[in-house]
This record gives sequence, C-alpha cells and structure tokens, in this order.
Amino acid sequence: MLSIKNLHASVEGKEILKGINLEIKAGEVHAIMGPNGSGKSTLSQVLAGNEAFEITSGEVTLNGDNLLDLATEERAREGIFLAFQYPVEIPGVSNLQFLRTAVNAMRKHRGEEEMNAAEFMKLAKEVSRQVDLDPAFLKRGVNEGFSGGEKKRNEIMQALLLQPKLAILDETDSGLDIDALQVVSNGVNALRAEDRAILMVTHYQRLLNHIVPDYVHVLAGGKIVKSGGRELALELEERGYGWLGIKDEDTSN
Amino acid sequence: MATTDKEVKELIKREYEHGFVTEIESDTFEPGLNEDVIRRLSELKQEPEFMLEWRLKAYRRWLEMDEPEWAHVDFPKVDYNSISYYSAPKRPEDMPQSLDEVDPELLRTYEKLGIPLHERAKLAGVAVDAVFDSVSVATTFKEPLEKAGVIFCPISEAVQKYPELVKKYLGSVVPAGDNYFAALNSAVFSDGSFVYIPKGVRCPMELSTYFRINAANTGQFERTLIIAEEGSYVSYLEGCTAPMRDENQLHAAVVELVILDDAQIKYSTVQNWYPGDENGKGGIYNFVTKRAACIGKNAKVSWTQVETGSAITWKYPSCVLRGDNSVGEFYSVALTHNYQQADTGTKMIHLGKNTKSTIISKGISAGRSSNAYRGLVKFGPGADGARNFTQCDSLLIGDRCGAHTFPYIESKNKSAIVEHEATTSKVSDEQMFLCRQRGIDPEQAVSMIVNGFCKEVFKELPMEFAVEAGKLLEVSLEGSVG
Repeated sequence: MLSIKNLHASVEGKEILKGINLEIKAGEVHAIMGPNGSGKSTLSQVLAGNEAFEITSGEVTLNGDNLLDLATEERAREGIFLAFQYPVEIPGVSNLQFLRTAVNAMRKHRGEEEMNAAEFMKLAKEVSRQVDLDPAFLKRGVNEGFSGGEKKRNEIMQALLLQPKLAILDETDSGLDIDALQVVSNGVNALRAEDRAILMVTHYQRLLNHIVPDYVHVLAGGKIVKSGGRELALELEERGYGWLGIKDEDTSN
Repeated sequence: MATTDKEVKELIKREYEHGFVTEIESDTFEPGLNEDVIRRLSELKQEPEFMLEWRLKAYRRWLEMDEPEWAHVDFPKVDYNSISYYSAPKRPEDMPQSLDEVDPELLRTYEKLGIPLHERAKLAGVAVDAVFDSVSVATTFKEPLEKAGVIFCPISEAVQKYPELVKKYLGSVVPAGDNYFAALNSAVFSDGSFVYIPKGVRCPMELSTYFRINAANTGQFERTLIIAEEGSYVSYLEGCTAPMRDENQLHAAVVELVILDDAQIKYSTVQNWYPGDENGKGGIYNFVTKRAACIGKNAKVSWTQVETGSAITWKYPSCVLRGDNSVGEFYSVALTHNYQQADTGTKMIHLGKNTKSTIISKGISAGRSSNAYRGLVKFGPGADGARNFTQCDSLLIGDRCGAHTFPYIESKNKSAIVEHEATTSKVSDEQMFLCRQRGIDPEQAVSMIVNGFCKEVFKELPMEFAVEAGKLLEVSLEGSVG
C-alpha cells in the first residue's frame, strides 16, 4: 500500500530524514519507535504533506501513485489520515461542523452524495460513543478547551469517521492516563481492517501492549536502524536504546 | 425579499406616482456643488420650505468645515466639485435588459451569495428597479403595517406627508453640523428610509431595505430616520451592494435612530459595497454617520453589522445613552481584503444612570488591507452605576495586512465600570494544516475559520441574514490563500 524509498527531508535547511525505506501492506500495523529528535514526527508530517518540510530526495507511493505530487488535502482524500500529537484549536468552529465539512469533502471526492446535518449528527453521535466522548463535545469548538486526553480521543474519533486507507498516529499515547489509553487503544483497534494500514509513532512501548503491531521499526538519526516483530519493542523496553548504539536522553516511562 | 412581477410593476408605478421618472427623466445635474444646486434639488423633490432652509444651513456649515484627517486611512482628496449631486433614476429602457448584459463577475458573486435569480436581476440593475427595496416591502406588507400604525416609506415621501415628525426628529440625533460628511449629507441627501413605530407597537415584521449604488443613480447620500415611540419594537435590516466601477464613488449616508422609554430598535447591516479590484482600483468611499439616541428610560438599541465592502470605510455607529437604564450594543464584523482600508468602531456615550453598553468587534484583515477599530466609551458625570464591556478581536490572514486598535475611554463618573479585552490572532499554518489534512479545501478552511471567529456577532443577526453574512465572508475571502 505505502512504499517509502530513500526519503530525505529537511526543515529550515536542516536535514531530519536521511534516507527512510519502508514498505507497509494493507492490513498491517507498523510501529515506529525511537528517541526524541530521531525524526519520528517529521516522518508523519511529511507523509501527510506538511509544507513546512522540504523533501530533498526519495519517493513515496500510495498504491502505486506518487504521493509527493499531491497537495495535503488531496492526500487526505486519497486516504491518508494523521492523528496529531498536538491537535490545534479552531475557536468558534464547532466540532460537528468541522467534521461534517471533512466527511463531505471526502464523499464529494469519491463522487458520493454529501451528508445532510441530520444524517451526519446521527453518525457522529455513534462514533463519539466508540471513543467514550459525550456527544455534547460535537457542539464545542474544535479542540477548544479540550483536555489532552479529550483531544486524543477526538483525533481517533475523526479517524473512525473518515475511514482512511492509512492512519498515521503520531504519539497518540502521550499525555494519556491508563484509562484514557485504554479507550484510545480500543478506538485504534476498531480501525484495524484488512484493507487498512496503521502506522503508529511512539516513544514508549506501553501503547503496544494495547495495540499489538505486526512490525516494529527503530528510527534514529533520521534512518531506520532496526526492524523486527513485536518482540523488538519488548526488548527496547528492557534494554533501552543504548544497545543499538543510540543515545537517548529520555527512555523512562 | 420575494417580489413577484406584479409587485415589481406596482413598485415602478409608485415611483412614477412620486413624480420621479416622468418629470425629471433627463435631469442629471452637472458636477459641482453650490446653493443653486441645492435649491434645484429641493425643488425637484417638491420639498416644503423648511427642508430647503435646513439643507442650505447645513451646506453653509459644511463650507466652513475641514475634512477629517485623523482616521487611519489614506486616499487622494475627494474633489467635491467633480461629483454630480443629483441624478434622476434611469429610465427602465436605459438599463440592462437582461442578465446577459450584466458583468458576469458580479453575477457570479450573487450566485455564490445564494440570491434568487429575480433578486440578482434587481441588484444588477436590470430593467425594472427602484432605488430602495423598502418600497416593495411596504407594498407587500402594506396592510399589516398600516393596521399596526407603522409608517415605512422613502424619506422624501415622509418630508411631504409627515413634515411634523421630520421637523421634530431630523437632525435631532446627528445635527447637520455634526461632522464634515454629515453636513454634506444634510445638504444634499437624495433619499432614504423613514420608519415610525407608534407607542406600544411591536412592528409585525422585520423591515428590510436593499441599498444600491448605481453610477448614474441616486443613493450616494441616503438619509435614514427611525423613531421608536414608547414601548415599541422594530428590527430593521439593511443590505448594501454596488456594481463594479473603475472610478471611486463617494457614499456619505446618515442614519438616525430615536428610541423613547422602554422601546427597542435592532438595526442590522450587511454591507457589501464594491471594494475595488485586487489592485485597489475603484471602490466605494463609505463615509457614514450612524447614531442612536436612547432618549427614554430603559431604551435599548443594538447595532449589528457585517461589513465586507467599500474601498475605504469610515464609520462609527454610536449610542447616546441618555435615558436611565438604557442599553447600547454594538456587534461588528469588518473584513478587509486586497487594498481595502477600514477605520471603524463605535461610540458609547453614557449619560443616564445605570446605562449599559456592550461592544463586540471582530476585525479580519487579508491581502494588503488595513483594518482599524476605533472606539470611544464615555461616561458623563450623571452616569452613576454605568458599565461597559468591550471585546475587540483581530484576525490576520497572511503577513502583508495590518490590524490596529484605538480604544478611547473617558470617564467623569467614579462609579462607572469599564472592561476591555483585546486579542490579535492569525489564521495559523497549524490550523490550515489540520483542515487540509482532513480533506478540506484551503479556501473553505479559511472561510470556516473566519466564520468561527465571527460567531459571536453572527448569532446576533436574524437567521437569513446570518446565512447571507457567512456566504458573503466566503466570497470576500476568495483568493486570500496562497
């Protein structure tokens, strides 16, 4: 589904990604781990099309099509979804309006009829319950005054609504207490499907106890330095990043 | 605003009845302003003597006044002698005969605004037209209005039919010599709306007017006077549009509201005068004086405005809170784009006891525009227990525009309370990225973010107006991204 070949990217002239290679097939769940500053978040932002990053070389294809040629919103409509690490607030725009606009943009792209307010309300209420968000949240401004945990649940709710082909979850576990982590993980597990891939970016192993990945990759210094199965994450938890020759200022959880 | 063909025909007939088109069809004044021009204007309008005297007095005051230069706007001096101060309404056969003859760009805008086809034709000045749509509303709802005793007519008609009311209230809120543009308006005003709500009457419907500027039409100097007698209520809506012209046009209107004991006026404006093109060519100079006088106890006035038009805006709808416990409100959205300049805000003059005022101002700047809020909150010595709350928010789109806030507070009463909050924010790259990542077009994203920013003001507008205002912002913001 997603194929990344020798991807280099920089921000403000500083190279962050230094040759990423990664193949993700439909139905798979991949976890990318690594110390702070290794380029994990940059990779997710670059795939989603954040224009703050410059792609200096390499190739990314989604089902054979060149992803890098597409604008951010076009990538989204082709099925790339990014759950943000720090979701931004949009004051005065209700969650409901925002989500319906997004869902209808996707539907329009697929040649489907747009959903009216009543139809959408029904759908949104159902999905909000899946991540244990009170439907009253739908009426509040996008991320306005949400707690950290509410923001993360809101992100997963959006993934459930938009049903992407590739969901990229950027540090979705950060700042969550154990109950919230469980709720978010349930939401992510509900996303797992044969025709969908999930790419999780995380600093900590604990998320992977809840969402069990098929593959684990270690990113350091802008490159994937080691790949393995689920057991690699457990080994990292036990031994830290040091044994891979990586310095990390923060591996505690 | 639904108007059937029959009603439109009636409307034209009314115009003819007023002696407008038939008698003066070839009458367009030569550019220039002097006492003779005013005399001719007054004569054409068959005005009583007092009106002419009033105009001449205003003109003489105007001659002694200087154009205000304190506003945060910059434009070449207006040559007042190059303007024609009276132009007869066009004869129907001189107007575009169908929408095919109308500028397609203008039609595209109307379409986006969701204005019905026959309404678009009217706005574009096709064949049948009247300067003020209020006439058609008055026609449509003539019976219920008459039954309630409400007077709603062109001010030129009121001058003849209700001279006592006009004499008593015209200039009572905005005196002829109030400021440069008000003086000019008082001397040469062409027409406008007159509304009178009798004691204890709740106007049975919202009164609405569409103002239009056509190069050769009247309307550049309208004058509106609304009187709400004791315990009455009226909601008045005005919409303004102007066709595109390469030359700048002057629009100097005056609006006066008089509110007596326990009465309320809600005045809503959606202003979309032509703002000039993307290079700053053309557009309306909108120099307007709007003021409400709450002269009675417990009187209340709300100004709600959504302004996206005009090349230059100089406008401060104000409330004079004379009656004890009277309330003034100002809710404003002002959007500037390209090379537009706006210096706008309000004045809340607290004179009576326990008077309250609220100011919510939302300024949005895009392109290379400049958007300034200027507001005065003043407490007189007798304004015991008066209070004001001001919230003034600016939103910037891009990095070539400007936003400024000039709040003035003057208090001569120690018990008065003022609260002032101000914020400046940008449509951030992060917000745009979030929207686009969810598949939303950049232009739609900006429009959504801006609409969210304006929500507190939009909720004050009557429903259909709120929808129109939202769409208007969307159209006005076109090309503001990238």
